[in-house]
Amino acid sequence: MTQLALVIDLNVCVGCHACVTSCKEWNTSGTAGFMSDYNPYDKDPTGTFFNRVQTFEIGEFPNTQTVHFPKSCLHCEEPPCVPVCPTGASYKREEDGIVLVDYDKCIGCKYCSWACPYGAREIDENQKVMKKCTLCVDRIYDETLPEAERKPACVLACPTSARLFGDVNDPDSIVSEQIRDNGGYQLMPEWGTKPANHYLPRRKANITIHKDELTRVDNPLNKERQLPMPGDDEQTLDDVMSW
Amino acid sequence: MHPAFSVIFLTTLIGVGQGLFLALYTGQLYSVIKVLPVQDSPGFYGYGSLLALVFLVAGLIASFFHLGHPERAWRSAAKWKTSWLSREVIVLPAFMGTTFIYAMIHISGWNPVLFALSADFIVDLSLLVGMINTVLAFSLFICTAMIYACIKFLQEWSTPLTVINYTLLGMASGFALSAAFAAFVESDLINFYGGWAIVLTAFAFITRSAALIRNSKIKYKSNLSSAIGIRHKNIKQKAQGSMGGSFNTREYFHGAKPALFKSIKWAFLVMVFVVPVLLLSVALASDMFGLFALAFIVQYVGLIAERWFFFAQANHPQNLYYQTI
Repeated sequence: MTQLALVIDLNVCVGCHACVTSCKEWNTSGTAGFMSDYNPYDKDPTGTFFNRVQTFEIGEFPNTQTVHFPKSCLHCEEPPCVPVCPTGASYKREEDGIVLVDYDKCIGCKYCSWACPYGAREIDENQKVMKKCTLCVDRIYDETLPEAERKPACVLACPTSARLFGDVNDPDSIVSEQIRDNGGYQLMPEWGTKPANHYLPRRKANITIHKDELTRVDNPLNKERQLPMPGDDEQTLDDVMSW
Repeated sequence: MHPAFSVIFLTTLIGVGQGLFLALYTGQLYSVIKVLPVQDSPGFYGYGSLLALVFLVAGLIASFFHLGHPERAWRSAAKWKTSWLSREVIVLPAFMGTTFIYAMIHISGWNPVLFALSADFIVDLSLLVGMINTVLAFSLFICTAMIYACIKFLQEWSTPLTVINYTLLGMASGFALSAAFAAFVESDLINFYGGWAIVLTAFAFITRSAALIRNSKIKYKSNLSSAIGIRHKNIKQKAQGSMGGSFNTREYFHGAKPALFKSIKWAFLVMVFVVPVLLLSVALASDMFGLFALAFIVQYVGLIAERWFFFAQANHPQNLYYQTI
């Protein structure tokens, strides 16, 4: 069974928020209605977003790491937000595992947002329905787009390729490969929600260098300097002779 | 969580309605088995049930203010197989309808005898309808409370004590109202209802205190480390992705200062339990309607504070992602 998902590489995310703006731009322009904003250019701006980038500082100075953490709906394989919905507006698609909200059925009771431990759902204050990441369901199957562009807007926008998109249940997909090879993990595994989205951890590229490797024992210069330099008017044969 | 007054009024008002109906039906049942005197006026149970219905309707109206699209509320009966909210949406109107039928049977006097279990125990239509409605009343308590108790990561709510407290607090307030009602119509059931109101309030005090003690000792399963998947004790949030707050910062935080938060706890403990028990005791000695009514009103206002605290105390794991605003 297909389970589409994102894999987010915290090792290369630079926190530029391109995924946030790209997501907002694509999804606010869709046929399902815009994502409302309030006071966008004023004090206390707020609005509906499917995707946010947060920043955390790990450790204490001077041993700190800054981690940029993109956060959107994780499209859980056991989504706790779906069974609590009284109307069936919240549902998980059989064919590709995307968790969606039917805006025409949602009564705006917010119960699903209480039932999501990740806080991935937001009520749209204008449309009064619950909204969340759709994995750009309106673009990934759009055959009028070139095949390379049939990906979520955030994935296409990421300048460092920190966001990967694919089927996590297909062992040969790029996302499965990355999860396997680079220690992909799920958020809050303690609640059994089985998030489909995975995160790749910060990875340090360490190599061991011994001291003697920093100086070449067979450095030809060492040999060369043992002999006096030839005079300016003398002939030199750099390529064949050693001084 | 951010307490929503629509839900606070819904849960407390229907609790009173359910409790009042259960009190009235207990009175009727006891009179059939001759533990209590039969009420001469057939309207006692009838008008009492209509009073219960007033509270249920008020609660239902309050609940609509919680919805973004109240006109679609009918859709919420669809997923009763999985959703406790959907089950509540079905049981509440059923309970209201049956309460109305029960009231009408008593007021109209059309109450045919169905069968007799023995020479003394005659089952008439109102007794049968009341029995069905009693099942609905308890089902409604379970549905309402399970909406909260079934969310396992809201650890303050995820306990059987939530169901017990909703049931006992609803019954306590309903019996307090029934005592006031009995005093108002000068029925001889004042002592029965007043006494049981005190007993139920005492039981509710024990179970609500147990929940408070349990919640004060909760060990949270999630922490910032499991939330973002980085194994370190010292993680500080530097940005939450928005400058002016978002749904996440509004819906899941109660926003009250710690001093206010604590004082609401003590306020509801005094107003729901201590003061009503004292007032009911004095009222039982004097049979004064005003004191019974005051006991109910104080307890109901206390229940609003209790429900506020119930919601505010729940600590949603998503708050881990919103530590620095």
